[in-house]
Amino acid sequence: MTKMPKTILKVKDLNVELDGQEIIKNLSFDVKKGEILTILGPNGAGKTVLLKTLLGLLHYKGEIRWAKGIRIGYVPQRIPFIREISLSIRDFFKLKFSHQNFGAVIKLVGLKENFLEKRIGDLSSGEFQRILVAWSLINDPEVLLFDEPTTGIDIGGEETIYSLLMRLKEEKDLTILLVTHDLSVVYKYSSNVLCLYKGKVCCLGKPKEILTPKILEKVYQTEVKFYEHKH
Amino acid sequence: MMQFILSLICGIAIGGVSGYLGTLMLQKRMALAAGPLGHLTLPGIALALLYGFDISLGAFPFVILGIILIWLFEIRTKLPMEALTAIVFASGVAIAFLFLPIEQAETALVGDISKVTLEETVITTILSLLIFVIIKKIYSQMVLINISEDIAKAEKINVKKYNFLFLGCIAIIVALGVKMVGGLLTAALVAIPTCSARNLSRNLFQYTLLATSFGAISSFFGILFFKLFNFPAGPLIVLVSTTIFLISMVFKR
Repeated sequence: MTKMPKTILKVKDLNVELDGQEIIKNLSFDVKKGEILTILGPNGAGKTVLLKTLLGLLHYKGEIRWAKGIRIGYVPQRIPFIREISLSIRDFFKLKFSHQNFGAVIKLVGLKENFLEKRIGDLSSGEFQRILVAWSLINDPEVLLFDEPTTGIDIGGEETIYSLLMRLKEEKDLTILLVTHDLSVVYKYSSNVLCLYKGKVCCLGKPKEILTPKILEKVYQTEVKFYEHKH
Repeated sequence: MMQFILSLICGIAIGGVSGYLGTLMLQKRMALAAGPLGHLTLPGIALALLYGFDISLGAFPFVILGIILIWLFEIRTKLPMEALTAIVFASGVAIAFLFLPIEQAETALVGDISKVTLEETVITTILSLLIFVIIKKIYSQMVLINISEDIAKAEKINVKKYNFLFLGCIAIIVALGVKMVGGLLTAALVAIPTCSARNLSRNLFQYTLLATSFGAISSFFGILFFKLFNFPAGPLIVLVSTTIFLISMVFKR
């Protein structure tokens, strides 16, 4: 018999306000070790705000309790200016003040060690996405927080980024929190899904069980047709 | 000859550190902010010329004022930086010309490094070295902040503290820079060597090394040409820097 996995994150009655606007309202959920929790919702639902709040970047009311001493890796949605700086990948990794072997890290995401000397500005967007994943893996995190890892990547590249994440999850025994508005990703990869609509939870559970057309209609309103077409 | 050497030492110290600092300013997209800051020092320079005290000393309070303005601008309005340039540029020049003795306008606008004293040289060199050390210490953290404040915060970097130190360095460099190239040309000291370096570099080490060297080299040749041809040193320094930039365009990687 397998042991119940331990809870690594407990969120209770979370409220976040930005510029006087309520973005997240009375949010509560748990994340267990080894889970892939997808945070799903339309634009403006508060997904990115939720992720930033979990990282401790924003003020909040309520409770966010991470397991003690947990190491978190984070990749933000966009890093617009990085390509304009004369920064090699090695320079970029060094900014994390780690003594880790960068060669090993870069191999983890399927790139060769000599990539380390390449300038970030010279990478393709797919390679850049991999580098961001590698960045988040430095210092051996136990949890990864990803904000829309697919942004700006073509379909071919998108597939590899997610399968890459899954491989890393297995190899490194990771727990992953993933923000997306892409339904196909949810079905294919996540163990749990949290639907946000206007800062409130409107569903939480296993994707196949809870993502009923009715729920999706509530979350996406006009995008239900897209769902029916796909599945 | 002694005077010439003092000018060279001052020039190389300020030029080099300005280039180094410029690499961070360019990343933060505020390379031009040294412009309005320089312009804003003009009333301070005018006062210094009028009452005969050190130009950098006169400029410094006005740089601080400028930094507070930039800070307020960022927090209070969504106006772009160019707007600040326009507003501050005009006001700085206007106020300065209310009481600037007109025969000394050239010193105020394009600087004069040809008469620095030994004492000034020592202070300038020490300050430049100090700023260099501070920048080196905060460099990695600043790069991360410039890339993404969210990532920096996630890495537990105190963003406010580092930004404050960074602005402090800018204030001192601008105050030193106006002595050399005047209120009008200060932005060139931080902006041009950095742009040349970016054209030629593949990583941070090359980038900072080249920017610092280009800054120092520009000052050296600018002051040398001043000695040879007797044009004002400030504009010559800037023009040497521009020449390096044009050459860097050719070899751009």
